[in-house]
Amino acid sequence: MLEAILVMALGAVVLGAALGYAAVRFRVEGDPLVEKIDAILPQTQCGQCGFPGCKPYAEAIAKGEAEINQCPPGGDEGIHKLADLLGREFKSLSAEHGIEKPKSVAVIDEQACIGCTLCIQACPVDAIVGAAKQMHTVVAQQCTGCELCLPPCPVNCITMEPIAESVENWKWKYPVFKITPAQKAAV
Amino acid sequence: MEVPRVQDHSSAKGGGVSALQRLFKFHGGVKPAYNKEASTGLPIAVAPTPTQLVIPLHQSIGGMPRPLVSAGEHVLKGQRIGGADGNVSSAVHASTSGKVLAVEMRLMPHTSGLSAMCVILEPDGRDEWIPRQPFDYRNATPTETRDYLRDAGVVGLGGAVFPSYLKLNPGKQGKLDTLVLNGAECEPFITCDDLLMRERAEATLKGAVIMREILGAGQVLIGIEDNKPEAIAAMEIAARAANAAAGDSSIRVVSVPTRYPAGGAKQLIRVLTGIEVPHGKRSTDYGVQCFNVGTAYAIYEAIALGQPLISRIVTIAGNVRRARNYEVPFGTPMRDLVTLCDPLPDSDRVIMGGPMMGLLMPADSVPVVKATNCVLIGSKALFPAPPPEMPCIRCGECAKVCPADLLPFEMYWFSRAKIFGKAQEYNLFDCIECGCCAYVCPSHIPLVDYYRFAKSEIWARELEKESADVARERYEFRLLREEREKQEKAAKLAAKTAAGREKAAAALAEAEKPATTPEEDAKKALIAAALERARAQQAQARPENTDNLTPEQQAEVAAIEARRAEIREMAKPHVRQSD
Amino acid sequence: MTSYLFVVLGAVLVNNVVFVRILGLCPFMGVSKKLETAVGMGAATTFVLTMACGASYVIDRWLLIPNQLEYLRTLSFIVTIAAIVQLTELIIQKTSPLLHQVLGIYLPLITTNCAVLGIPLLNVNLRHNFLESLLFGFGSAVGFTLALILFAGIRERLEAADVPIHFRGTAIAMITAGLMSLAFMGFAGLDKYK
Repeated sequence: MLEAILVMALGAVVLGAALGYAAVRFRVEGDPLVEKIDAILPQTQCGQCGFPGCKPYAEAIAKGEAEINQCPPGGDEGIHKLADLLGREFKSLSAEHGIEKPKSVAVIDEQACIGCTLCIQACPVDAIVGAAKQMHTVVAQQCTGCELCLPPCPVNCITMEPIAESVENWKWKYPVFKITPAQKAAV
Repeated sequence: MEVPRVQDHSSAKGGGVSALQRLFKFHGGVKPAYNKEASTGLPIAVAPTPTQLVIPLHQSIGGMPRPLVSAGEHVLKGQRIGGADGNVSSAVHASTSGKVLAVEMRLMPHTSGLSAMCVILEPDGRDEWIPRQPFDYRNATPTETRDYLRDAGVVGLGGAVFPSYLKLNPGKQGKLDTLVLNGAECEPFITCDDLLMRERAEATLKGAVIMREILGAGQVLIGIEDNKPEAIAAMEIAARAANAAAGDSSIRVVSVPTRYPAGGAKQLIRVLTGIEVPHGKRSTDYGVQCFNVGTAYAIYEAIALGQPLISRIVTIAGNVRRARNYEVPFGTPMRDLVTLCDPLPDSDRVIMGGPMMGLLMPADSVPVVKATNCVLIGSKALFPAPPPEMPCIRCGECAKVCPADLLPFEMYWFSRAKIFGKAQEYNLFDCIECGCCAYVCPSHIPLVDYYRFAKSEIWARELEKESADVARERYEFRLLREEREKQEKAAKLAAKTAAGREKAAAALAEAEKPATTPEEDAKKALIAAALERARAQQAQARPENTDNLTPEQQAEVAAIEARRAEIREMAKPHVRQSD
Repeated sequence: MTSYLFVVLGAVLVNNVVFVRILGLCPFMGVSKKLETAVGMGAATTFVLTMACGASYVIDRWLLIPNQLEYLRTLSFIVTIAAIVQLTELIIQKTSPLLHQVLGIYLPLITTNCAVLGIPLLNVNLRHNFLESLLFGFGSAVGFTLALILFAGIRERLEAADVPIHFRGTAIAMITAGLMSLAFMGFAGLDKYK
């Protein structure tokens, strides 16, 4: 009996020492996973996920504090990518965080704008230019469509407009073969 | 002097220099019915100028040129109406003299059926040229020559419309071994290059010589499919003359076996030089550059005659009685050309390009552009609808005919399942969309449609990724800036409070004095006056016709107001949805 | 010398842990969705299993048998394996954080992978010497990796296939595994040609 205890104790001490050494030797600094998650997120910085930006959401996912289905701009495709990366099950977009919308940009009605700069302060990517009491406008290429500029506007002069299809961004459609009833050989 | 002769690819035993030319084979390829005879019977005719030209600004790969003219302006033939914008872009010119009616969105010769910016030109019938001067490329720096060609709007006329000035760059070594001139023209029905070589061989050769000088290329190989003996003969004579003038034998006309797609740049380079340009490399890395014969002619016109690219030869063929090649000014509606050729009554579609790679046009009113090598008129009888798509049985026929040596069935498998990453791993982007795989597929799968779908999806994702990266960068910069501003504010505040304490004692002493100084009183009075003025203005600004209304008028106003409110209400959820 | 070869060959193909011995099915179904993770899991298991076979042989031969403590065999083997798995986890977390995240729960679960305990115990039953134990452990792990990679390759393609809706996911994976198991029966008797 004593031998058994001694043997197990010896094993525990040796293995424990080895593990303790390894824990010090292979210590991980930071979390490189956050970068990979952040790269998948759409960077709209809209905060619909409940976090103040894409990076904090990525950090929360990496820590396991957030679900992967809280990002409406990323849509189902983004969730699929996150599920693939993290080896988790796919979940459809959680309704409480919003719905997937076509990509849009904010447009300021320049006639109605009073130049209050509130939207400039709200824009997470500095895509609105203007100054106090001067007309503001949105730099469309840099607008992420986060809609954060809508609520602060005191005169409701900002609208979201879906990005129109043009010859440049037109996409070939998925080939679909229309099934038609068989035709009798009329020839 | 020895002059290379036309030679057969299968036998290298012909005497003289030609025996040195060994030909190679590219992988795969098919032999569809060529149908070229119909349009080669008649010489090139000049298409009549239509009553209105619609010249799209975006006619080449790359950035959309910015319009240089506005409605009402009078332009001359060859005047620049669209200036190249960005690193990859090419200018656009007026095809004839006349008045600019508008610069507006018009239907584009594009499968999408979408519109883009076009210059609408009403010809004045005088066809008055801008002053034309040959460009002295020998005394110009390479950059100047390239800028000149960019502003002359010269693009690849084989169908890809890639700006030619970008390709006229000899690369890192500063010179090339071989300039390949592509006269293979492998697509069925199309004969525009054939006729160009027959009728304008000399000018085409001159263009080739200019390109050779700019590129510093050692030899020029002109590859022509062996089903065009007249073109080969004409180019031979011109090549002989050019060789005699230069005193060497560096220009050679080579007949290549007729097999689709021998006219693909990589395929022709392979056949003529044996060089197989690998994935991710350019032909210039191997000392070879390839141009279409039409491009050579355009370069000749631009440099030797000082004429920008304003027209091209277009084959009109298919379901017509008189198929023919026309020299067409850009902007001519395709409908006008089709009428010239007497279409058969059952014609139901217009295809830009050939039957293998061509694009279905949304309407026959779309204009001819630089990419239009052929206007193909189709009908149900000529191009019957494909039978239903059947499952892929992995027979591998597509892999056998793929000229790019790809695995089409694998790319199809993953494109269809929308697993784009995997499709890309099978080198989807090396696909030249030649259509050989779909041509031989026993299951009638429209393979190219799947590749186009996958490619445009991947491009869209890449663009999204790029803009996301920009957004990330801007967001992080903003956070940084906010942090910095906060710190600066804190520092300022700290300095202020330090100064404030010293002042506090002094302020305490002054506290006994009256609360308002005369200056402050004056300010307050000013503000009050301004407020009064504003109030008065507001009162004035009210609608003047709302007083003294009859009850009917009041009721009408109320009804209108109610309607307005209703519309506003209706518009609200609509806007939300369209977000 | 050839007997060593047959130990390895037998462990990899003939008595493949997954398809013939039906051991270690949990990670086999769990981490075979992507080829990349399958390779990672295979490598980790190979490392753990080889180490476990060596260590357990030493413990069994020099500690348990001389002291007549054979009844502690399973217990001490489990402790050893657990320690080795912990070590592997630390190393992987350092060298490949992504693999660590992707393997997720399956990494510590190597501890309870029945193949990892089963092979050292089989070593004892088959009276393998030290080298044979190591080779048997290594061969079995390679067999496990082989099964995992083959299966992951098939599953990656299955994802793009038109599988009838009720067969999607685990159902078609099970059928595939069954078919592969049948295929591996074809190797039976290969190690008898001595």
